[in-house]
Amino acid sequence: MPFRLERRAEPATAMVALSPLIAVALTIVTMAALFAALGKDPLAALQVYFIVPLTDTYSLQEIAVKASPLVMIAVGLSLCYRANVWNIGAEGQLLIGAMAGSWLAVATHGTNTGPWLLPAMLLLGAAAGALYALIPALCKIRFGASEILISLMLVYVAEFALDYLVRGPWRDPAGFNFPTTAEFDAAATMPLLIAGSRLHAGVILGVLLVIGAAVLLGRTLKGFEIRVVGAAPRAAQFAGFDADRLTLTTFAISGALAGLAGIIEVAGPIGHLQPGISPGYGFTAIIVAFLGRLDPLAILAAGLFLALTFIGGEQAQIALKIPQDMAKVIQGVLLFYVLACDSLILYRVRRTAAHRKAA
Amino acid sequence: MLEAILLSIVTASTPLLLAASGELVTERAGVLNLGVEGMMIIGAACGFGGAWLTGSTMVGALCGIAAGMALAALFAAMTIGLAVNQVAAGLALTILGTGLAGLIGLGFVGERITAAPHLAIPGLTDLPMVGKLVFGQDPLVYVSLGLIAAIPFVLARTRAGLVLRAAGDNAAAAHALGYDVAKIRTLAVLFGGGCAGLAGAYLPLAYTPFFAPGMTAGRGWIALALVVFASWRPARLMAGAYLFGAVSILQLHAQAFGIGLPSQLMSALPYLATVIVLVLISRVRRGGSVAPAALGTAFVPDR
Repeated sequence: MPFRLERRAEPATAMVALSPLIAVALTIVTMAALFAALGKDPLAALQVYFIVPLTDTYSLQEIAVKASPLVMIAVGLSLCYRANVWNIGAEGQLLIGAMAGSWLAVATHGTNTGPWLLPAMLLLGAAAGALYALIPALCKIRFGASEILISLMLVYVAEFALDYLVRGPWRDPAGFNFPTTAEFDAAATMPLLIAGSRLHAGVILGVLLVIGAAVLLGRTLKGFEIRVVGAAPRAAQFAGFDADRLTLTTFAISGALAGLAGIIEVAGPIGHLQPGISPGYGFTAIIVAFLGRLDPLAILAAGLFLALTFIGGEQAQIALKIPQDMAKVIQGVLLFYVLACDSLILYRVRRTAAHRKAA
Repeated sequence: MLEAILLSIVTASTPLLLAASGELVTERAGVLNLGVEGMMIIGAACGFGGAWLTGSTMVGALCGIAAGMALAALFAAMTIGLAVNQVAAGLALTILGTGLAGLIGLGFVGERITAAPHLAIPGLTDLPMVGKLVFGQDPLVYVSLGLIAAIPFVLARTRAGLVLRAAGDNAAAAHALGYDVAKIRTLAVLFGGGCAGLAGAYLPLAYTPFFAPGMTAGRGWIALALVVFASWRPARLMAGAYLFGAVSILQLHAQAFGIGLPSQLMSALPYLATVIVLVLISRVRRGGSVAPAALGTAFVPDR
């Protein structure tokens, strides 16, 4: 091989801050090349993707609305990944949270409820998401089963469960046989921040959760535990930190946040339960978590960036007929660049001696 | 009726067996490639594309293999070349593969191809019951069986197999003996990618004669679970793949008979079965792990 990796004596401090920015820059260059390959004008396409959505208030609000679930889920996942356990089933936990919260909205539909309804829905969503995430966590600590595969398998199970509910028992009888519940009552929907917009209170909640996670991780013993167990498992053992309990805790928190994001989506922008309530938020949030280098405040920025690509992607599809699958390609490429750049924090790339001589 | 069910079980099991065989070799070399689903779907898209353009199943299969290997090469460059976290890189590979397959698939929406030809040996294929089952499958079924017969032999009885296992169990020792761990692991990842690509291509070539973006439907993830289920042993892998093929076919027949359960519950069965099997197999093994010792860890030699 012409190149080899060499461990740096000290992590490169400049790369710590620069790596996400380099990754984003490389992604944009790659996007330009992909657009050119599709026969589109790369500059015009990039403008539609990244500039146009920032110029009108509707798109700016939409970015906040889309970023809110991404950030919420990514913050939870970052706790898991820091503790070196792998919850990749956030999409399933999101769906379960949405279903559990919706149950209350469907059950009380058309009756006179109080202001307790919405908070109860959110709590139920978070609790259900946490319980669903505890399944892979328990299987891991009790039986040593792979939490990666089990959490992912449960995504498919959750999708079928949602499909069953909205086609079966919860289908709106007045809905012309469409697989959807009835539109939620006003008491069961998220209050809007600006009347007539889609900007809902969940966005504020997302920001509050980011601050909460930052405090938890940086200023509490639990946060210290999470960081030590992930970075130095043996040291954590000597310190008496219980890795199994931490697996349960981080899975429960990430599941709760994913479930909360799910019920907020349903009670907020969508307004009823139906299949396809999430355009893969649970998976995109994994990218957000890594782009934010598993740091809550940086995740906020990363979430806004990926939300921008969602909105930009929609507009590019309308304006330039750029296929929707392009968004997934971009997300995959971005994650690769982020990981590669992060690797350069710990390692440097050197040419091997044999090739230096030949050159 | 029974013969038809058995035949469809073979067809359902073959992509699982192909993908899991490749992943088993990759993992025995110490690399956990979670991107099987992505390599399968890109194999399906390119496999269909190749067969549709040329009318040849063979070309389609080769296109699928090439596409799977191309994604695997990217994965190898990341995880072996740059020592990137293998779990995250595998997820990136799945996301990228799904997106690319969707883009490629736009080229042939609604197109169909003729299914792969089946073996026909006069006399033998016409035997009652066993004839079609043993002598009347499509060529890729025999390829998958050949692979699963060859892999244990190569792993256990050849020098190449021994070196590959050394890279997976103790990379530092293999390196100290003068073996190029990076090269061995790269080759193993490429083999896994080729198998996953072929497994994906099998779906449009022999299972359903068209391409749909979500057509792998989690089979790549089930293949990953099968490797765990098989305890990294090829012989058990075959039993596992056919067991899962049977579950996915029988739930379809159960739905057709209209037993009183919701169809969604039946559709979720293969995924639920995977969870249960993973738990049971891990529980049995509690105490001594049989996974390759260096599985999932990057190896960067200190000089």
